[in-house]
Amino acid sequence: MRSEHFLENQKQTASRRKAIDLWFGRLGFVLMLGTLGVLAVLLLNLAVNGLSRIDWHFLTSFPSRKAAEAGVLSAWVGTTLLMLVTASLAIPLGVAAGVYLEEYAPKNRWTDFIEINIANLAGVPSILYGLMALGLFVYKFKFGQSILAGGMALGCLVLPIVIVATRESLRTIPSSIREAAFALGATRWQAVWHHLLRYSTGGIATGVILAMSRAIGESSPLITIGALTFIAFLPPAPLIAQPPFVSFEWLFSPFTALPIQMFNWVSRPGEEFQANAAAAGLILMVITLGMNGVAILLRRHVQRNIKW
Amino acid sequence: MKPSSPISLGTNQTDAPSPSSVKVQVQNLNFFYGSHQVLRSVTMDVPALKVTALIGPSGCGKTTLLRCLNRMHDLYPGNRYEGSILVQPDGTNILGAGVDPIQVRMRFGMVFQKPNPFPKSIYENVAYGLRLQGVNQRRELDERVEKALREAALWEEAKNRLHQMAHNLSGGQQQRLCIARAIATDPDVVLFDEPTSALDPIATSKIEELIVELKKRVTVLIVTHNLQQAGRISDMTAFMYLGELIEFGETNRMFTNPAKPQTEDYISGRFG
Repeated sequence: MRSEHFLENQKQTASRRKAIDLWFGRLGFVLMLGTLGVLAVLLLNLAVNGLSRIDWHFLTSFPSRKAAEAGVLSAWVGTTLLMLVTASLAIPLGVAAGVYLEEYAPKNRWTDFIEINIANLAGVPSILYGLMALGLFVYKFKFGQSILAGGMALGCLVLPIVIVATRESLRTIPSSIREAAFALGATRWQAVWHHLLRYSTGGIATGVILAMSRAIGESSPLITIGALTFIAFLPPAPLIAQPPFVSFEWLFSPFTALPIQMFNWVSRPGEEFQANAAAAGLILMVITLGMNGVAILLRRHVQRNIKW
Repeated sequence: MKPSSPISLGTNQTDAPSPSSVKVQVQNLNFFYGSHQVLRSVTMDVPALKVTALIGPSGCGKTTLLRCLNRMHDLYPGNRYEGSILVQPDGTNILGAGVDPIQVRMRFGMVFQKPNPFPKSIYENVAYGLRLQGVNQRRELDERVEKALREAALWEEAKNRLHQMAHNLSGGQQQRLCIARAIATDPDVVLFDEPTSALDPIATSKIEELIVELKKRVTVLIVTHNLQQAGRISDMTAFMYLGELIEFGETNRMFTNPAKPQTEDYISGRFG
């Protein structure tokens, strides 16, 4: 009798707690649907307005005063080259800084200070990076309003993301793996190069791709340093017919980029240009979502083989 | 350097090994984590080609002592050694100023508490220490990997899957792989830090057999929480308590007739 009463009590409180559990689950589901809904509406809107504009001609034409003839050739070439510069700056610097902070740096007040400031850097508004790049890269280093200056501005912008991703990724490697390498007589560099970087490649690559997808959509730093909005030529080709067959002239070329092209079209009167803007936005969205998708696949694929 | 061994240690020297067969001489070793002293003037002569067990309650400093021997403490800031650790026959002091911890670790293999193979193939795990020592010839690597795996009693199980990931092995096999990795470079001494605490009894007994087999070739030091294990496999036993070496002697004698009351209390299960 007594035990039955006892269980009865349990049943009541258990069912109440389970109800709360269930409702929280439902609430979360609805909120998630809402968020996804906003994204879906955005994509749908772009698609409805812009999909009809996307064709071969749109991808291979320069901007034009006639909306129907305008294309995004200079914009996507500019974006691609910018990303090349951004990646070549942010990946080596970011990974090296992450490895140093995680594996080499002593833990003291000085490194604490650096750590806090890297977190702060990730929160600095992107236009400030534009201003910094304008003063430093464009004027001081005399790179001009070039792909080099723009790519470096974006590289600085995403550097903290790469550093943080590298550190997080290294931190998931148990210290027993480090000790195993050291106990065999490895130096710190050998432990990093033979082991830690290899086991964290998936995480680092994921972070790098997310950083790049952040950089690809940035427009304010580029506008600040003076990227042009109307460009009807391509930068000099990186491969040339004469020896040494590679040319870096393109680095100093003026440029435009997809978000800037889009901004330019949005600010024009006329339905047709709005359609062009939507089409450019759609391309940008597809690239960004594609990069994030690759990041997810990479994380799954690379991590599958690594267990501790 | 010191002509007479210090007396203040409370060490029982009655059945210490004769000097010719000593491999490692720990002399007056103090060790500090920052300002916290963990080892207090430990002095012991570890005999060559024998199994020496380090026993004692948690926090007594036995693992700390083990990790002094391959200078693992140098990896972390704020650690400090005092005293000397001489390796015979040439008497090199591995705590000496001119000694690089990396060289020391190439002569002292280590096997850890939990199996920690690299997420690489079985072959690459065993070959790694050899590669660090500059062995690059495929044929020599193949031979020495096979030899190490045979000595770790893993060859039969692993020979057809050398290039598969080490993590496909069971826990006990992984630990034997770690032993193969540690002995592949022909170290003088192998340090075991509670190597069976994460393993089931069958895997444990395989590791124990292996350790007994190993002493034909290398000097073994093993930290263990398991007194039966120390009794089964060790020739010498060192009992530590609160950072001091209380008693050090032949295992049989220590377990049947301990000289110190603390040793007797610990061995009979009265504390620890």
